[in-house]
Amino acid sequence: MIDNPFSLTGKTILVTGASSGIGKATALLCARMGAVVILNGRNEERLSAVFEQLPGSHPQPLPADLTIQSEREALVAALPALDGIVHCAGTGHRKLCKQLTAEDVSAVMDTNFSATVLLQSELLAQKRVKRGSSLVFLSSRTADVPTIANALYSASKGAIKSFARCLSLELAPRQIRVNCICPAMVWTPLVESEGVTKEELEAREAEYPLKRYGQPEDIASLAAFLLSDASSWMTGSCIDITGGAVTV
Amino acid sequence: MELNHFVTCFAAQFEDTDPAEIQADTVYKDLDEWSSILGFSVIAMVKTEFGKTVTGSELRHCNTVEDLFNTIAAK
Repeated sequence: MIDNPFSLTGKTILVTGASSGIGKATALLCARMGAVVILNGRNEERLSAVFEQLPGSHPQPLPADLTIQSEREALVAALPALDGIVHCAGTGHRKLCKQLTAEDVSAVMDTNFSATVLLQSELLAQKRVKRGSSLVFLSSRTADVPTIANALYSASKGAIKSFARCLSLELAPRQIRVNCICPAMVWTPLVESEGVTKEELEAREAEYPLKRYGQPEDIASLAAFLLSDASSWMTGSCIDITGGAVTV
Repeated sequence: MELNHFVTCFAAQFEDTDPAEIQADTVYKDLDEWSSILGFSVIAMVKTEFGKTVTGSELRHCNTVEDLFNTIAAK
């Protein structure tokens, strides 16, 4: 058999936010590509449902709320050494700038930025990240493309990009790669629960050059590529995946 | 501040080097893994663990782990 650089066989990969959306699609694809997948999310029931769908043999899911320090620490303590991590845990938010409160800022930044950064730090401090592994962060096109009522979400995803780029330099000596995925609109529970109607979204979707928003599986394919040895020379990159859209 | 504890904390900053390889008389700059990034790691560790500030220049001028310990202990 030809050695396939796109294969994930022999790799152990942690996927956060794995109970739905992009995290779920990524976990399922990684398992199909041969990886041992460890699922993390907050909702135990949904996590178990994803676990049941994984082809192959995998450790039990590790539910944890990543915004809580003790839960992050318990999660990391329970993990084996990893070959890949996909940071998908995140939340959506739509509010005008003039309406933002301290609670909004905390809620969005704690989940999308602080929890992700602190989990990554804990994984490194507890030596759970193997030499030569690949880390993937879910950012967003909105980090660079302004849209109305999206300031806080955009800022949180911009912060992730900046963090990931610095991290890539710090980990390069150990051949650990760090890349970001910046999707435009993707059909996930997250976009559908932000107070925008499905009809409005479908009208905007028709304006995308490829005539559709992304599906979680579209993003999962890019994540799988970034986790694989096929992307060995990629680090510090932020890859747009947009269906051709230049706006969001 | 105690030398053995400092050596343990210093060794813990390394990812791929066996901690047993790092002793008080180890010339740390000769270690394969030593780098400017590890320098940052040591500077932050010294601040957190010992409440002292060590500079990049001091890290460059010291040779052994014990030299560095003595430099910091004198502060």
